[in-house]
Amino acid sequence: MRVTVKYFGLVAEAKGTNEEVLNLTAPTTAYELKLKCLNPHGIMDQESIQVAVNQNLDENIILKDGDEVALLPPFAGG
Amino acid sequence: MWKEELKPSSMETKKLKKVFVEGAIPPEKIAQSVANHQSKTNIGAHSIFLGQIRADKIDGKTVAAIQYTAYEEMAGKVFHEIREAAFAKFDITCAHIYHSLGTVKAGELCLFVFTSSAHRKTAIEATNYFVEEIKAKVPIFGKEIFEDETHQWKVNK
Repeated sequence: MRVTVKYFGLVAEAKGTNEEVLNLTAPTTAYELKLKCLNPHGIMDQESIQVAVNQNLDENIILKDGDEVALLPPFAGG
Repeated sequence: MWKEELKPSSMETKKLKKVFVEGAIPPEKIAQSVANHQSKTNIGAHSIFLGQIRADKIDGKTVAAIQYTAYEEMAGKVFHEIREAAFAKFDITCAHIYHSLGTVKAGELCLFVFTSSAHRKTAIEATNYFVEEIKAKVPIFGKEIFEDETHQWKVNK
């Protein structure tokens, strides 16, 4: 099962990329994917990173093939 | 005819409006937007909010600019939802929102919210609503660039 993960702001900076496609072999929630993506990068305040699945904020959803997941640091518009 | 102008048709509120502009919002855009509404004589009040980049001093360093990026597809959707909610909540004639992407220097404008109504209170409340909702809900990210070219990531308070 493949999902596209988009990174923004400080997450994109830490990952060194804006986007990658991940292959998931077991049922995974958006929250679990977030931790998997953030853990190797020493981002301390992981709770401040929100997750959108297909552009809706929801960490508890179980991911499906083809989903677009976005890891969103704190918003700074305006 | 007159009535239609007072209350926007559902078509008008439903189409996705272009919000993002590349770089700073030129002050002339504000004057032009006001001029564009002078033919709409059912309007009695405009309310405008302008966000300007502050040269914050943090640990002895001064912010020279903010570089904005956004999750544009989601931002477009959220801007639309905020707009729909604002039209449901307030009796406004029209509303326009512009937000910068890319680099905006200290002293330049990054957000322009412009609402119009028959009366001032409605327009002022609607503008305030838009600004608060945009800051809280739209996935826009800001990198504060200091004069020495180091940076930190901005967080809305």
